[in-house]
Amino acid sequence: MKILIPSNEKSMDSSVCQSFGRAPYFLIYDTNSKEDIYIDNSATASLGGAGIKAAQTVVDNNVYAVLTPRCGENAASVLKTANIKIFKTKNSSIKDNIIAFNEDKLSLLSEIHAGFHNHGDK
Amino acid sequence: MKIAVLSGKGGTGKTLVSVNLAAAANHANYLDCDVEEPNGHLFFKPVDIQSEDISIKIPVVDKMLCNGCRKCVDFCKFNALTYIYDRLVVFESMCHSCGGCVLLCKEDALTEKTKNIGVVQRGVSENVNVATGILNTGEASGIPIIKNLLNYSNENDKYTFIDSPPGSACTTMESIKDADYCILVAEPTIFGVHNLSMVYELVNLFGKPHGVILNKCLDEKNPAEEFCIENNIKILGKIPFEDELGKLNSNALIAVRENEKYYSLFSNLLKIVSKEVTK
Ligand code: SF4
Ligand code: SF4
Repeated sequence: MKILIPSNEKSMDSSVCQSFGRAPYFLIYDTNSKEDIYIDNSATASLGGAGIKAAQTVVDNNVYAVLTPRCGENAASVLKTANIKIFKTKNSSIKDNIIAFNEDKLSLLSEIHAGFHNHGDK
Repeated sequence: MKIAVLSGKGGTGKTLVSVNLAAAANHANYLDCDVEEPNGHLFFKPVDIQSEDISIKIPVVDKMLCNGCRKCVDFCKFNALTYIYDRLVVFESMCHSCGGCVLLCKEDALTEKTKNIGVVQRGVSENVNVATGILNTGEASGIPIIKNLLNYSNENDKYTFIDSPPGSACTTMESIKDADYCILVAEPTIFGVHNLSMVYELVNLFGKPHGVILNKCLDEKNPAEEFCIENNIKILGKIPFEDELGKLNSNALIAVRENEKYYSLFSNLLKIVSKEVTK
């Protein structure tokens, strides 16, 4: 099955990006073939709704699950509608998280943060 | 004259200033544009209230007509549209009602429906016409409500005070767009300076004439005052930090209507402001 992780660089040795919607790249990892491919996240430059756009990319790539430290409510609702699971990463190492996922040791992300909607600071 | 009252964050005295200035005038309009947390009406307790529902247009998709071309998804700058497997999903709270997607769809799969986002309440409190905008929680933008509020007053001879949303959000910008003058309310702390500089940048960006009212003043060093002097910003006046005023305010009473001393403080401020506006 395919899983997706927001990554800071195009490498399995790089780290998990702390932001899902604004991550520079998405790693799509196939747990069967062990193949890793990287796609650019076109949502980084969005005016608003970056999470929704990023989630659209996830949906379009037919992945089973997303591994991420955090996820905004809009992205989460897209992923939920598409029946894609969201797991919480345990640290910033991509490799560690893939191993943990394969061993069924990651838990579902329970905390969804409210979006900032890009309407400026308060 | 339209006078907007701003501050970098809530709780600096923005409502205190706008409410009391309006109450100190002979006749005034008070427009509460702080639509996410309007509280001017708690002080004014207006009567004869009339409510008007504010609604926006949101696209709805006809699944039978949609061919999945995704043109609308790519078009929407606010990412309010997504295509999930075999159907288009509208994220209503992200939609800014630009209507673009409806025009764009060649299959006529998109139409508009009306969605209620909040309400404007108008009433009277002695010498002040009070209008309050209330945005339903979770809505993307209070701008349609602010537009409605600002259309409210066309009587030019009266004062209109606009209680702006805190910060420098797009709703704040909307609320000062037509203002003749902006009053910035600042607290005497380092953090207060940070908040002040934020709205100061905003009024400069819009090229609005402006001045500062220093709130919660004590007989000590005032960083906000220093900021004004350094940047050559007009100081309109100072409001002292006093128990009496704090008490009136926390009991949701209008200081100007309760106490002669505050009446003269604010009517004096009003004179200074009027002079600045007509300068
Ligand atoms: S543009 Fe029209 S046909 Fe194309 S995806 Fe959007 S709603 Fe469907
Ligand atoms: S009306 Fe405008 S903002 Fe709303 S979904 Fe359509 S394109 Fe996006």
